Amino acid sequence: MAQVMTSRNRRRNAVNNVMLTLTGVCAVLTVSTLFLILSYLVYNGGKSLNLDFFTKLPLSPGQEGGGMANAILGSAEIVLFASLLGLPVGFLAGVYLAEFSPKRLGFLIRYTADLLNGVPSIVIGIFAWTVVVRPMHQFSALAGGFALSLMLIPITARGTEQFLLEVPRTMREGALALGAPMWVTIATVVVPAARKGIMTSMILGVARISGETAPLLFTALGNQFWSAGLNQPTASLPVMIFTHATAPYEDWHRQAWAAGLVLLGLVLVANISARMIVSRGASLPR
Amino acid sequence: MSTSPYMLPEKARHQDAPSHGLSINDMFPTAIPHSAGATTAVLQPLTAKMKTEHVNFYYGKFQALHDISLEFASNKVTALIGPSGCGKSTFLRTLNRINETLRDTRLEGSITLDGENILDKDVTEIRRRIGMVFQRPNPFPKSIYDNIIYGPKINGMLKGKNAAEIVEKSLRRAALWDEAKDKLHESAYALSGGQQQRLCIARALAVDPEMLLLDEPCSALDPIATAKIEDLLVGLKSQCTIVIVTHNMQQAARVADTTGFFLLGRLIEHAKTDIIFKNPSKKETEDYITGRFG
Amino acid sequence: MATPAAVVRPTRTLRKPLISGDELAKAFTFFFAALIIVVTFALVWQLWIGSSPAKEKFGFRFLTSSLWNPVTDEYGALPFIYGTLLTSFLALLISVPLGVGAAIYLSELASPRLSNTLTFLVELLAAVPSVIFGLIAIFSLVPLMRDYIEPALQNAFGSTPLFSGPAFGVGYLTAGMILAVMTFPFIISVSREALMAVPREQREAALALGATKWESTWQIVLPFAKLGILGSVFLGLARALGETMAVTMVIGNDPAIHASLLAPGYTIAAVIANEFTEASGKMYSSALVELGLVLFALTMLINGVAQLMIVLTTKKGSAKA
Repeated sequence: MAQVMTSRNRRRNAVNNVMLTLTGVCAVLTVSTLFLILSYLVYNGGKSLNLDFFTKLPLSPGQEGGGMANAILGSAEIVLFASLLGLPVGFLAGVYLAEFSPKRLGFLIRYTADLLNGVPSIVIGIFAWTVVVRPMHQFSALAGGFALSLMLIPITARGTEQFLLEVPRTMREGALALGAPMWVTIATVVVPAARKGIMTSMILGVARISGETAPLLFTALGNQFWSAGLNQPTASLPVMIFTHATAPYEDWHRQAWAAGLVLLGLVLVANISARMIVSRGASLPR
Repeated sequence: MSTSPYMLPEKARHQDAPSHGLSINDMFPTAIPHSAGATTAVLQPLTAKMKTEHVNFYYGKFQALHDISLEFASNKVTALIGPSGCGKSTFLRTLNRINETLRDTRLEGSITLDGENILDKDVTEIRRRIGMVFQRPNPFPKSIYDNIIYGPKINGMLKGKNAAEIVEKSLRRAALWDEAKDKLHESAYALSGGQQQRLCIARALAVDPEMLLLDEPCSALDPIATAKIEDLLVGLKSQCTIVIVTHNMQQAARVADTTGFFLLGRLIEHAKTDIIFKNPSKKETEDYITGRFG
Repeated sequence: MATPAAVVRPTRTLRKPLISGDELAKAFTFFFAALIIVVTFALVWQLWIGSSPAKEKFGFRFLTSSLWNPVTDEYGALPFIYGTLLTSFLALLISVPLGVGAAIYLSELASPRLSNTLTFLVELLAAVPSVIFGLIAIFSLVPLMRDYIEPALQNAFGSTPLFSGPAFGVGYLTAGMILAVMTFPFIISVSREALMAVPREQREAALALGATKWESTWQIVLPFAKLGILGSVFLGLARALGETMAVTMVIGNDPAIHASLLAPGYTIAAVIANEFTEASGKMYSSALVELGLVLFALTMLINGVAQLMIVLTTKKGSAKA
């Protein structure tokens, strides 16, 4: 009997050790993908990245050199327009959700925001095409920015709401008790106290939309040259990566790698710095 | 009992109205002359700075306060005591209408400040006139200076006045000036807990309130910081009417002129502090004072 | 002031001035919050209206026909629905064991410091734009699949229809693999939260009865966090279904149904991405919009289930904690 128990226990311990090790292997595998991606991109992108990438226009296939200056500027325009549209709307909606909304209506808006946030980005593109591109009879940076702003609004609204709700109630009451009306309290005490968190969710949101490709495919379209204006087709880095990577030209592939490195660099820097703001912002007393 | 010099006339004991406090003129039958330079020998009655009548308060369907009628005498310290959950904090928070910022709450009855119903007045003006200090220090995430100047700024009290003077005066009144004068522009969170609480008192004083409500202001503080705040309150009452909620009976005994005892959302008894502690007229009060429950 | 008689005032509720700054602020911010509802409603409405020519012409046949021919203006969505579901299923097949395994390691074994660092890195992976996954897949995963993995699979299982046919490198399996990498950040981070919400007493009770660490994790902790983990899986699924760029770059763009996982195929998102700008005819673009509507409905359904499950576990955990 004792013999049986021992062998049984030995087996249980073996299973324990094997399975726990396997979970560690899973963790290593998943985390190492990030490093694989990073190193592969840095290796290939680094080879192709030079000053011309930031200053010159793309060349036709077969010609060596060139850059994506127009796409960098185009991306900046589109993202800036999306931010100007999406951040204020999202922020004010978040203030409403956190500070003013009655229970039922608040639930409805919150639920809808989460719904909008989950809409596949390609579907957002279709919507932007039907309400902006089709009436204007023109692909444009504006249409692209509009599409991206639709993705930014729910992210910003929910982020703002979350960080406003984290401001302790006593802080609000401190201001109310001094005779501040609600809106003054919100503007001068609550929002400043939640400033870092709100900024972070905004940075994360802008970083997310600046890497989006699908909503731009049939809104901003693309352009091999400088865009003639906000109401004209405009090049963007993500779309450039797509078109260059799927085209059969070797020097276009090199440009795609360079663009990928620049884009990922921007996105990761934004993410890491945003998280650093948050971890340093934990100075509010409980 | 009837030998007590503080014993009240029989009619004033409100035996038939258990939830109602005594009139303050019953409590202070030999009130001090009201005007300082009075040459007349006439004893003027004490004024009630604030009166509540038949106040009921509900959180949703739950009734937290039952028919509270109470008077707060001008330039006196009134303490509200009772076991936790007895409604003393809720009551205090109805006095500057801060409770109405909570969802799903309802107030019945009347609360008057200098004879005017505060429910009819502009709420921000009421809150400016009635300052409040909370259980936990809650300075804003701003500098010490900006914390003090916040109230005067939003209430438009800075016109033609020197902001730095207001800051200094308020900090002095809160006995914090010497400790804070060299770091006015540092974050308020750099102060200790006791200093933060005095900063909150200074912040409340900066708008020249006529009343000061304190909701267990010392519960998060050490004994030395507590002593400083108690001294401060006694000194402040010449300038404003003070109401303090406390779970600490010794604190009530030390600082308060009159004390109200709350139990289960009802005001059991309100009388001069030494009467409450030496010779209460209600059995519930006596039980609580002598530690028979809570 | 004389003591007034105790007058019972009529009960009253709190009154505010007619238009206060607060009311203005409330109305002002409400306008923007309402925009969210308006926009979402408009989005659904546009999808519905835009797809009505196709809905009227094909009716239910749209979902069951596998014919996609812009030349004859005949459109059926089945190959795309099949491709979308198959690639997402393959993705989950890979990412669920890996992701849940990693989540177990992070919540049960790793020190808090290590756990937070690794979770941070995994969440960074979620921030990588999908076009970059596609870029890397085209130049690394596709040749790898074509030259090594797919031939090996053919050698081993070539007799089954699942792994028959030539090795293209692009196709269902490759798309599934890249989707797996894109979904496991979600699965890991949400599953880890669910596991960490399991009360410590549950673990201790099992261990005190002589269970090994693995037994306590597998038999007690995992079942407790079951709903949250399922929620994370559905969240990953919703992301995989709607994912466009990376899939478009490696799926092979073939609007047909193949049994072989090695064959090229198509997904809903990919066909919209590739053909929407070229859709000349009214019926063509209407059919693509209807595909968008199908995709929208599919992801909304999955997202709704995911949210519900996550909410339920969090409640359960906090109620018992």
